[in-house]
Amino acid sequence: MFDFLTEYDILGAFWVTVQLTVYSAIGSLIWGTILAGMRVSPVPIMRAFGTAYVNIVRNIPLTLVIIAMSLGLYQTLNVALGGGTITTTNFRLAVLGFVLYTSTFVCESLRSGINTVSVGQAEAARALGLNFGQVLRMIVLPQAFRSVIGPLTSVLIALTKNTTVASTIGVAEASLLMSEMIENESDVIGLVFMTFAMGFVILTLPVGLLMGRVAKKAAVKR
Amino acid sequence: MSAPSVLYDVPGPKAKARNAVYTVLFLLALAGVGWWIIATLVEKDQLTWQKWGPFFTEGQVWTTFIFPGLLNTLIAAGLAIAIALPIGSLFGILRMSDHVWIRVPAGAVVEFFRAVPVLILMFFANEFYSEYTDVDSDYRPLMAVVTALVLYNGAVLAEVVRAGIQSLPAGQTEAAKAIGMRKTQTMTNVLLPQAVTAMLPAIVSQLVVIVKDTALGGAALGFMDLFSQIRPIANNYFANTIATMTVVAVIYILLNNLLTAAAGWLEKWSRQRKTSSGAVVKPVDDNGRNA
Repeated sequence: MFDFLTEYDILGAFWVTVQLTVYSAIGSLIWGTILAGMRVSPVPIMRAFGTAYVNIVRNIPLTLVIIAMSLGLYQTLNVALGGGTITTTNFRLAVLGFVLYTSTFVCESLRSGINTVSVGQAEAARALGLNFGQVLRMIVLPQAFRSVIGPLTSVLIALTKNTTVASTIGVAEASLLMSEMIENESDVIGLVFMTFAMGFVILTLPVGLLMGRVAKKAAVKR
Repeated sequence: MSAPSVLYDVPGPKAKARNAVYTVLFLLALAGVGWWIIATLVEKDQLTWQKWGPFFTEGQVWTTFIFPGLLNTLIAAGLAIAIALPIGSLFGILRMSDHVWIRVPAGAVVEFFRAVPVLILMFFANEFYSEYTDVDSDYRPLMAVVTALVLYNGAVLAEVVRAGIQSLPAGQTEAAKAIGMRKTQTMTNVLLPQAVTAMLPAIVSQLVVIVKDTALGGAALGFMDLFSQIRPIANNYFANTIATMTVVAVIYILLNNLLTAAAGWLEKWSRQRKTSSGAVVKPVDDNGRNA
């Protein structure tokens, strides 16, 4: 009954899911922070760009973003992101799609975090003669990050689940293997489903618990 | 004049000059990226009238592909929210039960379905219907999509309902107790009706998530939604993949912005209503948590 567990490389598939998550998370954190910086910057054109980017990209289905990477960027415009084989190309395209999409949520979380930093902090920093970049980098963002660990964890968990969308462009992660297994092993579809469902519970639950503790510890007491 | 933001002062002459430099540099960078995109599109013959024209001149592309697809997207999203709401309410209330043996299993079910990706639920629901039921294969993708969306969003809405009820002042429960209402009566006659108003904005903004997730069914199960029309349109109109994806994306963006605006309007309305407690449940975030 549990033969299917050894016949397929389930751990390998989840390892691809983990890799997708980690690379996309790093990328989204960087691009999301830059976007948040733009949205609060003194330069109107940057604010406008940040706002427009977030409101547009956030409202496109992730599936469409990922397909646009493969069908549009790669197959029509021949941008392969330096991937040699089709496997690495699709993996990189998927990561790029996840970064473009997830960074909007990172940006919005960070912006709400920036709003929780008390006015006096920024005012004191400005009184010391720090410029905008210094205020943001040395005073506001470090406090903002500490207060948004909770929301950012939610974004990270959502990203972990969202990586399943990469299966639509053929990245061999967990859900692609599941869709294959569920067709071949049609007599045990309940078991196959529970295996993969528990896989995602195992991936997301400890992260949520751990980060919840970190968030409590890091929160700025006011 | 007060500063436009606490992060920077009202710009003086020096800062104004610096901002102007940044504006120019940023515009140059944007123009560079834009130029590269347009040049590549032209090089690959993607900006021809042949490819974009059908969306402006031919009604057929709208009536044959886009409108039926959009209708299916709306049907799936509407069915999903209509079925998920009562189920979510039930589980939200069960999670607040005084009995541990009800509260804990209900909580476990909610947490489980929130942790499982919607796509996995869709694959499973689709295969389940094809193996164990004799649902017409024309309707199977729709049923699988709706089932998966109901399971996930029911779990999310359970939390919204719980937050909605907990946002009500304790005096409501106390007053209901004082006039001798039972727990069930308090819930159905006093708390739920008020919580629904507080939850409306969150429910409408959850619709945005549902609309976006229906596209998964289009990609993975062959559900004939708006998203799945991209290939047939491109096949019929000179491989205009880029043009089609842009039009489809714009429709999603408009639809979702409309829903977000409606949620914002509802939030304002329920805050101002005199008869309500003024309690409003914040929209849930990307992972279905109350922010």
